[in-house]
Amino acid sequence: MSTFNLDITKERCPMTFVKAKLHLEQLESGDTTEILLVAGEPLDNVPRTATEQGYQVLETTHVKDNIHKLTIRKP
Amino acid sequence: MAEQKKLSIISMSGDFDKVIAVFTLASGAAAVGYEVNIFFTFWGLNSIKKETGRKFLGSGFMARFFNFLLGGRRNLPLSRLNFGGLSPILMTGMMKGKNVATLEELFDASKALKVNFFACEMAMHVLGLTKDDFIPEVKDVLGVASFLELSKGGQTLFI
Repeated sequence: MSTFNLDITKERCPMTFVKAKLHLEQLESGDTTEILLVAGEPLDNVPRTATEQGYQVLETTHVKDNIHKLTIRKP
Repeated sequence: MAEQKKLSIISMSGDFDKVIAVFTLASGAAAVGYEVNIFFTFWGLNSIKKETGRKFLGSGFMARFFNFLLGGRRNLPLSRLNFGGLSPILMTGMMKGKNVATLEELFDASKALKVNFFACEMAMHVLGLTKDDFIPEVKDVLGVASFLELSKGGQTLFI
């Protein structure tokens, strides 16, 4: 089991979703990752689509200003 | 019938801005779990040529001449205010400066996310092109009936 992380706070649509998807695809079963993203479209949709694609969103925490952190695990 | 998470795009324009729209929608949709199909026809075929610059491709004098003038992905003109090909270069610079993905990045993302590329058989015939003139990611050469079958049950866009 490994821990990864990804920062997409500087990305714009659609690369927020593209980078999140390609990053999640690298995970092996049991791995967790932390994704930093901004409020709005990324925060509304990255966790939703990750859940739809079978990942577990363990936690969403506010980091600072409009930046949030998602903790996601591949079951 | 329930709508599937499937997006099919008919890419007909060879304009830089419209091709950016094609690959933005394609990569974004693929990233959020859609099956994505792009059917490239007429000027849309320019964006999937192996040769990204100008080259005399195809069979027949007129086809070779046309394909030279049309060029590949590096020669796509802006739909307005093209200024002899200067504007797409300036636009790419502006996009990089604003941290927005460029056409090449969107194109690469679409390939990485396994967007399905298809070429139009009839337009290829008119322009004297064969499947070998396109990037290897082009899955198949199709006609209207096959594309309609493929896009059934999802959303279809014409760009």
